[in-house]
Amino acid sequence: MNKTIFIAAAFALSATTAMAQNAPAADPAKVDAIIKDMFAKVSPEWQARTNLDETQRVCTDSRNQPNAQQAEAIQKRELATVVQPADGKFLGDWKKGFQVANTGTGGQFSDRPGGPIGANCFACHQMDPKELSYGTLGPSLAGYGKDRNYDPQVIKDTWTKVYNAQAVFACSNMPRFGSMKFLTEAQLKDVMAYLFDKESPVNK
Amino acid sequence: MTRTNGKISRLATLAVAVGLSAAAGYVAAQAQTTDAEKEIERYREMISDPMSNPGFLAVDRGERLWSEKRGKNNVSLETCDLGEGPGKLEGAYAKLPRYFKDADKVMEIEQRLLWCMEKIQALDTADVIKRRFASPGVDSDMEDLVAFIANKSSGRRIEPQSSHPKEAELTAIGEALFYRRAGVMDFSCATCHAEPGKRIRLQGLPDFSKPGKQAQETMGSWPTYRVSQSALRTMQHRMWDCMRQQRWPNPDYASDGITALVMFLNKQAAGGEITVPSIKR
Ligand code: HEC
Ligand code: HEC
Repeated sequence: MNKTIFIAAAFALSATTAMAQNAPAADPAKVDAIIKDMFAKVSPEWQARTNLDETQRVCTDSRNQPNAQQAEAIQKRELATVVQPADGKFLGDWKKGFQVANTGTGGQFSDRPGGPIGANCFACHQMDPKELSYGTLGPSLAGYGKDRNYDPQVIKDTWTKVYNAQAVFACSNMPRFGSMKFLTEAQLKDVMAYLFDKESPVNK
Repeated sequence: MTRTNGKISRLATLAVAVGLSAAAGYVAAQAQTTDAEKEIERYREMISDPMSNPGFLAVDRGERLWSEKRGKNNVSLETCDLGEGPGKLEGAYAKLPRYFKDADKVMEIEQRLLWCMEKIQALDTADVIKRRFASPGVDSDMEDLVAFIANKSSGRRIEPQSSHPKEAELTAIGEALFYRRAGVMDFSCATCHAEPGKRIRLQGLPDFSKPGKQAQETMGSWPTYRVSQSALRTMQHRMWDCMRQQRWPNPDYASDGITALVMFLNKQAAGGEITVPSIKR
């Protein structure tokens, strides 16, 4: 009796997976051709941004659900790209860190060359609890340092997280700010201070 | 149609004010709802009145452009076949993008209009393409024409086309594009549009990963008059704007990749009611 139910359930499951897979999948060569055509008029540097690296490829193909081996391989590969601060200090100036967290320009084709570059952490996270304009794609970081007792080990781990979110969580939706060279080391330190400085509004 | 500019600009100002207070109200909304909600409701009623939505000025301009003789052939677009037969506009937008035998290609509305301009009018489209997105003091023929034509499908339901193999194929390509992660921020459309109830800053993000209400309401509301830009915008502009935020390169206007994305979004939005032009933030 139990066994029958189990088999029925298993069958139902595999039937739904099969159905999802049966939806006509796109021919990868045609997807690439469409992308090439869509960006035919931009510079080679910009075109290069549409090439997938190994990690982007796995996350794309698995729709951010890598299997255990894939996840392990991603985290290992991404961890290897994390560079510790040259002087061993993780925390910079929290006031400048606010600018990094609050600036949404940089990396867009509409940005003026040499203009400000920021990580726009606020787009996805609550940080300063008094700031009402924050997004919800990521968890709240309000009180982040205070809630973790400014623990030096946590600070070190968070450096890794912000430097490369996927070193910690494969196929995370959070950008790899350090490894992609999107933020400078100084900017990373400043935004770390915004999370961990006792004077930062994040911890007030 | 007679509408004074004074009325329109007053309404645009009001719309900005309400849009702003609606955004500010978003957070407060959870706790102390009513005032902002009432205001938004009043605003919605107001903009459902065609006389109050500046997007209808674009509809009027589009109507004139549709029947204006242009190009080397000095003819209008009135024999252009948008899928329902030459010159038939009622309900045509609801079934776009679709496969066109004469071009042997799936086309969305702007690709098809350019095709008609070139084939029927022998119009040099370089200038039209240059003005693809209106800017202060510069109207866009394309945005105006789309407003006019889409409006002829208001009240209809979105009918994604898939019977031709090229339609099914392009829809699948659109789905692949939607989930493709690339660029300096590893973003895909799905980063921002694959979970319900999320937002970036205060802007709510529709979830397109599942078919249903959110996709229907979104796709049924474009083209839309964007108060923050003081212009009527089409899906071409929205895709351009999202690619920008995605840190992908500037997509070529009316390219097949955008058509593919629209095919996929319309598939998720099947059955949604079209009410256009709408008006948004
Ligand atoms: C596009 C969205 C996005 C942006 C931008 C973003 N994050 Fe995240 N972040 C996430 C998501 C999603 C998670 C949860 C998944 C994970 O842990 O990777 C996360 C997790 C985190 C965590 C771990 C929280 C925990 O579980 O303890 C930290 C710390 C963090 N982000 C800091 C930052 C900082 C600092 C910035 C800006 C420099 C930033 N994030 C920008 C999406 C984002
Ligand atoms: C980094 C974030 C981000 C990415 C990536 C992104 N979008 Fe958006 N999208 C937004 C925001 C923000 C809005 C505006 C919401 C508003 O104005 O209320 C939006 C709006 C839209 C709308 C109109 C919604 C409406 O209510 O009218 C559509 C359709 C859309 N996006 C599709 C896409 C597609 C397709 C892609 C990928 C090519 C994409 N987006 C990528 C952030 C993003």
